[in-house]
Amino acid sequence: MHPIRKRRLTIAALVVVLSSAAVGLVAYALRGNINLFYPPAEIAAGAAPTDRAIRVGGMVVDGSIKRDQGSLTTRFQVTDYSAVVEVSYTGILPDLFAEGEGVVASGQLQSDGSFVATEVLAKHDENYMPPEVAAALEGKSPEPSLQGGGGH
Amino acid sequence: MLPEFGHLSLILAFVLACATGVLPMVGAWRKNAALMNLSGSLASGVFVFTALAFALLAQAFLTDDFSVRIVAANSNSLLPEAFKFAAVWGNHEGSLLLWALILSGWMLAVVAFSRGLPLPVVARVLAVMGLIAAGFLAFSLFTSSPFERLLPGTPLEGSDLNPLLQDPGLVIHPPILYMGYVGLVVPFAFAIAALLGGQLDVSWARWSRPWTNVAWAFLSLGIMLGSWWAYYELGWGGWWFWDPVENASFMPWLVATALIHSLAVTEKRGVFRAWTVLLAIAAFSLSLLGTFLVRSGVLTSVHAFAADPERGVFILIFLALVVGGSLLLFALRAPQVASSIDHQPLSRETLLLINNVIFAVSALTVLLGTLFPLIMDAVGAGKYSVGPPYFNAVFVPLMALLVPFMVLGPATRWKRDAGRRIWQEVRIPAAVAVTICVMAAYLSRGNLWVALAALLSGWLLLGLFWDVHLRSKGRSSLSRGLAQLSPSYWGMCLAHVGFALAILGATVLTQFGDERDVRMEVGETATLGDYSFRFATLEQAKGSNYDGDRGVFVVSDSAGLVTTLNAEKRRYFASNQIMTEAGIDGGLLRDLFVALGEPLEGDAWSVRLQHKPLIRWIWAGAIFMALGGLVTVADRRYRSRKARVASASGQDAMRVPT
Repeated sequence: MHPIRKRRLTIAALVVVLSSAAVGLVAYALRGNINLFYPPAEIAAGAAPTDRAIRVGGMVVDGSIKRDQGSLTTRFQVTDYSAVVEVSYTGILPDLFAEGEGVVASGQLQSDGSFVATEVLAKHDENYMPPEVAAALEGKSPEPSLQGGGGH
Repeated sequence: MLPEFGHLSLILAFVLACATGVLPMVGAWRKNAALMNLSGSLASGVFVFTALAFALLAQAFLTDDFSVRIVAANSNSLLPEAFKFAAVWGNHEGSLLLWALILSGWMLAVVAFSRGLPLPVVARVLAVMGLIAAGFLAFSLFTSSPFERLLPGTPLEGSDLNPLLQDPGLVIHPPILYMGYVGLVVPFAFAIAALLGGQLDVSWARWSRPWTNVAWAFLSLGIMLGSWWAYYELGWGGWWFWDPVENASFMPWLVATALIHSLAVTEKRGVFRAWTVLLAIAAFSLSLLGTFLVRSGVLTSVHAFAADPERGVFILIFLALVVGGSLLLFALRAPQVASSIDHQPLSRETLLLINNVIFAVSALTVLLGTLFPLIMDAVGAGKYSVGPPYFNAVFVPLMALLVPFMVLGPATRWKRDAGRRIWQEVRIPAAVAVTICVMAAYLSRGNLWVALAALLSGWLLLGLFWDVHLRSKGRSSLSRGLAQLSPSYWGMCLAHVGFALAILGATVLTQFGDERDVRMEVGETATLGDYSFRFATLEQAKGSNYDGDRGVFVVSDSAGLVTTLNAEKRRYFASNQIMTEAGIDGGLLRDLFVALGEPLEGDAWSVRLQHKPLIRWIWAGAIFMALGGLVTVADRRYRSRKARVASASGQDAMRVPT
């Protein structure tokens, strides 16, 4: 074979090998590490899986936050104004976590329909609403538009 | 009145940017020197009027002119002066103006430092930058004017800057990051100018290199500052979250890193030309994509803001025009500039090609993980999120794979080399690194990750020292030997040392870092590893625009008192927002971190305690990389043509460093 063609072939082979390794890696990593968002209504309808991590989001129900005495476990309810999910979380909650505010929790749905969160995300400024929560509440919110505001 | 002047200067800047984009371009096409000569004055004019607009906006913030909408929304009379100034870019409209200001600043820099370049090249480069500036200034004027007024209805008091942003981080992180992000426009403009002129020769690569290195250095520094800020302000001790907006700045960084190496090959050996051009286009396109991701509100992120669909559409169209236009031009012109391969499989060219493939693949995997949720959402397949485990699983092996080639690269010769000769150069560092690896495995009680990191970074560091030794020996004295190594070479060394430090820091931190969330009452003690944290007192905290609680924690280990940490929970008056201010004792070898969670019953609080070994090495690594990028600019090759001719004879005789 012509030496230049041979070299081109080597380079092409190198690129193909490396990128297929990367594609394999990506496919493997994606399979286990993506999680889907479910609004409370879909969870109540039984549409969410209990065998892998998912995210749930909505507004924290007024008066629903209950803290355990002597531990860092907190229980609260999340609603999209058509259904309610019980969430429990052990650890430190974000500063802007409060009743009547939007949250997104990731974790595992239990067979009894409650949700054990491993991470709770609240908004990071007064006017911001996570897009998933905004979409889940669309048309159901008793309040006027929740979107808007600044940030950086 | 002043804000209207600001608006007027912004309009003038836009008009001048359009003129910069068109007139010199036509001049270069028609070979009209008069039109091409306009580029310098027009570009300087864009800078002057953008700077004036920016200064007038800053004036509105500093004088609490709440009749300007974004001042009323993002500032407050009680805000400290420095934060009033930084608040200029602590919002969508102002940060866009900062973006335009920095872009016009880069235009001015090109005007100032490109006097020795052929006129058509300067004219085309400035014209391309002018078109980009015109796009951003139009975006600012037509969809996000910073000078919009609240007349009548001026509020008496502003609703304050988001407390998360009331931090020195806001003063330095965005400008430095933008310097890098926007700076990638210069190699992009050089690449487009070269495609237009049909001259992708060695001198093109030589002109592009210093700009790319400087932009890359600022980008490294900006990303590092963001990581550090997130660590102490909102991350609860995390330093990298694979947040989409972090990725938005990281993808251009990855591609720019590939570009730096590819430009080196193009300059030295005249090959990889088409690929280098493609990387320059990709790097800036990813910058624009990042802007779209950040500015359109499509993502859940700490950087996200108001979702105004009009803005998203504007950037998307602009992005499509820039990327589509430059790729079309590339497709039309690339066949003419394709270079022949004249190197052997075993040569520095091949090793740098592998570097490029790894960085390009890394950037693509990050891009995939970042866009996956958006694509799935757009096709209605559900609202997915891709978490850090995906990125770690993909990214860590790719970076580990990179290191052996980083060791071999500097030790290998251009064009062709012999495996045996390379092995002779790298075997001594390799042997020492294996010894270090065994020791690290023993000391870490068989931790494979730490052993691997010690092997890779040890080999990298020792390989660099050995390479410096080999290059500087045979001179009359060590200092003379070191002095004849070029700034480009030292820049490479610094950047590679930085990479090794970052690997060590990240590995040791993830393997040996410790954290605990505990419930603590005043007077109680909690232990974390070898340290004990005593919640000594709870006091009142008070600042000019906030009040709150301050927990005083006394940290000690078996040897006695280590430090006293103050962790605060603040409530800001204007917004009533609650903010956590962590107490951190930073050190070369470890950070100790205490943050107050929430008040529980009685005088108990939830408290986060952390021990972070070597975390500062990650940031130190980024600083080394940035220094490396800046040092290369001192290389004589990039000085004026006169100086270059004078030094050329001495330069090329040496074994040419990268």
